[in-house]
Amino acid sequence: MRRPFAIAAFVSIGLVAGGCRRGPPSGPSPGPSAPSPTGFGAAIVDISGEKQAAGAGAPLDQPVIAQVNDKQGKAVAGALVQFSGSGGVRFDPPAGLTGTDGQVSTVARLGGEAGVYSLVATTRDKSGKPLQAMFAEVALDYQQTLGRELGEKYCSRCHNAESSAERVSNHDNLSVPPHAFSDGATLNRISHANLIAIISHGGAALGKSPEMPPYSPTLAASDIEALAAYVRAVADPPYRPQGVFNANQ
Amino acid sequence: MRLGEKLRTARDLLFGDSTRTFGSLSVVLVLLLAIVPAKDHFREWLRYQKEYQSLIRNRSDAVSLARRFQGGVQQTWLPELGIADRCSTCHVGLKEASLAGATKQPFRPHPPIPHSPTEFGCVMCHRGQGAATTVEEAHRSANASEQPILPAHYIESSCGQCHERAITGTPQLNSGRAMLARYGCVRCHKVTSPEGFTMTATDDPPSLEHIAAKTTREWIFAWIRNPQAYAVTATMPNFQLSDEDARDISAFLVSQSTPYVSGADRKMPAVPAQDDTAALQSGSSVYGEAFCASCHAMQNAAGLMVGGNVGPELTRVGSKVNSEWLADWLRNPSAYDADTAMPHYRFEEKDIGLVMGFLGSKTDPDFLSGVHLGAATPAQVAHGRVLINERGCAACHEINGIAHADNFAPELTAVGSLTLGKIVFAPGIAHTLPDYISAKIRKPRSFGNALKMPQFTLSDMQVDALVTALLAQTNRAKTLPAALRIPAALPSTYKPAGLAGRLMNDLRCFSCHMVDGRGGDMAPELTWEGSSVQRSWLVNFLKNPNTLRPALIRRMPKFNLTDVEAGVLADYIMTAWQTPAFDSDQIDASKLSAADASHGRELYYAKYGCNSCHILDPKNDKGYIGPTLTAVGLRLNAAWIFHWLKNAQALRPGSLELNWNMNDDDARAITAFLMQQKTEPKEGAAK
Repeated sequence: MRRPFAIAAFVSIGLVAGGCRRGPPSGPSPGPSAPSPTGFGAAIVDISGEKQAAGAGAPLDQPVIAQVNDKQGKAVAGALVQFSGSGGVRFDPPAGLTGTDGQVSTVARLGGEAGVYSLVATTRDKSGKPLQAMFAEVALDYQQTLGRELGEKYCSRCHNAESSAERVSNHDNLSVPPHAFSDGATLNRISHANLIAIISHGGAALGKSPEMPPYSPTLAASDIEALAAYVRAVADPPYRPQGVFNANQ
Repeated sequence: MRLGEKLRTARDLLFGDSTRTFGSLSVVLVLLLAIVPAKDHFREWLRYQKEYQSLIRNRSDAVSLARRFQGGVQQTWLPELGIADRCSTCHVGLKEASLAGATKQPFRPHPPIPHSPTEFGCVMCHRGQGAATTVEEAHRSANASEQPILPAHYIESSCGQCHERAITGTPQLNSGRAMLARYGCVRCHKVTSPEGFTMTATDDPPSLEHIAAKTTREWIFAWIRNPQAYAVTATMPNFQLSDEDARDISAFLVSQSTPYVSGADRKMPAVPAQDDTAALQSGSSVYGEAFCASCHAMQNAAGLMVGGNVGPELTRVGSKVNSEWLADWLRNPSAYDADTAMPHYRFEEKDIGLVMGFLGSKTDPDFLSGVHLGAATPAQVAHGRVLINERGCAACHEINGIAHADNFAPELTAVGSLTLGKIVFAPGIAHTLPDYISAKIRKPRSFGNALKMPQFTLSDMQVDALVTALLAQTNRAKTLPAALRIPAALPSTYKPAGLAGRLMNDLRCFSCHMVDGRGGDMAPELTWEGSSVQRSWLVNFLKNPNTLRPALIRRMPKFNLTDVEAGVLADYIMTAWQTPAFDSDQIDASKLSAADASHGRELYYAKYGCNSCHILDPKNDKGYIGPTLTAVGLRLNAAWIFHWLKNAQALRPGSLELNWNMNDDDARAITAFLMQQKTEPKEGAAK
């Protein structure tokens, strides 16, 4: 009677294996056609392109740039830098050799799900030890995208101190300078309820500057929620909501 | 031999006698009966549900999560929408906002959206096969008649199935739809809404019926070979013509061109010489003061593109147009092109000469240096005509003797529902619909050199936006209940008549201003301008427009209107462009009290912080956003100010001015205060 059990065991192993095979695909591996390095550094630093926000699956506006330096902090040319990221981030190009300025630039396209993505630029020193620089980027969900669009129209003229060729900033005209949306150090300390209240009822109603006008009822409650969600998404340092306690973490 | 022996032994062991046979068959039967529960036990979704339960076990909200957890196959059934989705069988925590920190699929909650999955299901937006209960079938169905799941990057396309009107939360879809019109895609490809309205293009490809008067055959040749070499911002795509084909097309275009009748006298204005730098500088000033850059872009010395995109880029215009034509065009553009967006400036002849000198200096000697065309032969002309028919030039341009090319390319009304079985993929393209559409736009000729679709110059973002707009064109959109659809606004047929209407057409007011749903968005909407302003101010403004906003880069050009013309326009605007919400004489400005006004001043600064956006006292106020209010008492109607303060959004939806929801007393006080502001700006001070 042992044989039937063996068959049953085979069948079950087969089924389990079949089930397991359909797990998520493993992360991207560096391209096979990476050039071979002619230089090696002792450190890698992020130069620019960090803390950008884009739609899920969309390319980031600005390139991600990393620089390889030697022990003295001088730029190293010809070092191989490979870019990688979680959750389906794609890079164009995925790897490259540093130029005479020690820098490699790539255009990153975030993965398909909203959330925070960590991009990693990796180079190796002479001994082959990996050195890494990290870039945190945000893929916006629907609500945050809506918040960004509304923010561009209603808020950025005052909250963004930068002027563009098309638009002069009003930031410096105000007696109390408005906070940039990314100013997490300040804005993270404002509770969700208070943030909604300030946007809805204006500064004067909360004992703050009357230069901040009330956006209710110009904007619907859902629009104001979206603005708050966008502010939280681009906060630097990141916003950590008071959440549920999880013994696993 | 040994195998045969073994088989015989095995047979004897299992079926040697009736007892053994009965026993073996019983075992087989039990096993067969066990297959179904065993298969059930190893179901993928059951594994996910168990994983979910262990995931939530250690959380502080475990009890409430566990209470809401429902095991077994879950289904959202919406017969009206044709949806039976079982996605929440594996995506167990879809509605659990408290799981927001979860990074592992399928346990992430759905990010906040305005619609409930219980009302719309999942495949409405995500597509894929909702009835499937395995990841492979639901997400990655490769069945020729089915669609796999839509990559989240294009998710906005699904909004577009119901929302035919632009909504704020879908910038990618909005920009894609605008591009379908702006790049003239819909001139060749028909795109029809579920209501049966065909999308119309918003680009303005010129008529070529009088092209020989405007430019040379050499320029036409170089332009059609590579439009972007002449103007980086050109929307005309590259047809990848051979030198011979471009030579023959240019030969035909010149041969079909007929003279046009210009209304103005043909005497040329005095054009300064190209080495007269002072005169060129004055020409540049006229160009600047006429705000040509509001519509036309030009690359500056630093290589930056400066200016709008309503009209063509002028960086190399000196290498393009004939000066007789340019003089005529500047005198009155609609004589050459009746449908142009360019207004009839009432330029003085002297200024026309100066602008011509300035534009004539915008040349690129390299652009035409390599072009040497002999005299056109009849064979070339005949071949050019054949090519023009083949390439569908007449889908965009009017050409003498060539019929308008209708439905030149495949219709795209339901392209978003194209199933994989109907697509022929070019090599190297991932087998999904978005990848196919994307490749078609990015490199049409990779699908075959005989294809007619030209090469567009688009960024990755632009291609993604176009793909998103096209993926919104689904069969599902057509079968949705009408109550769900938000149809696009119908194109406005507003057309003012009479003397004023003719003047407005001549000045192309609607190229920039919108009235009653018709017109551009570069300048303020004027639907209720007659209720808003005082007639005396309007007449002065029409004759000599001064910018109202301190930080505005574009402003209304001066058209050199006569007193009569300005009066006719003002009378029409004051009478016809009135809001039904209130009467202009509702508030008698002379009866507003001084006490009210001084209270209004307090409210203006302290309570409402109006000074953060508006300048009222140029010495102390610095607001850059709203119009300057130093002379608002001479400009606006008191009743308008009152109602504007109460709720500006009701008068001009989408205005940056808020709906203050202001009470009558405050609104009346601030109105009284503002109506006192009558400090005329000094001549030339406000620029």
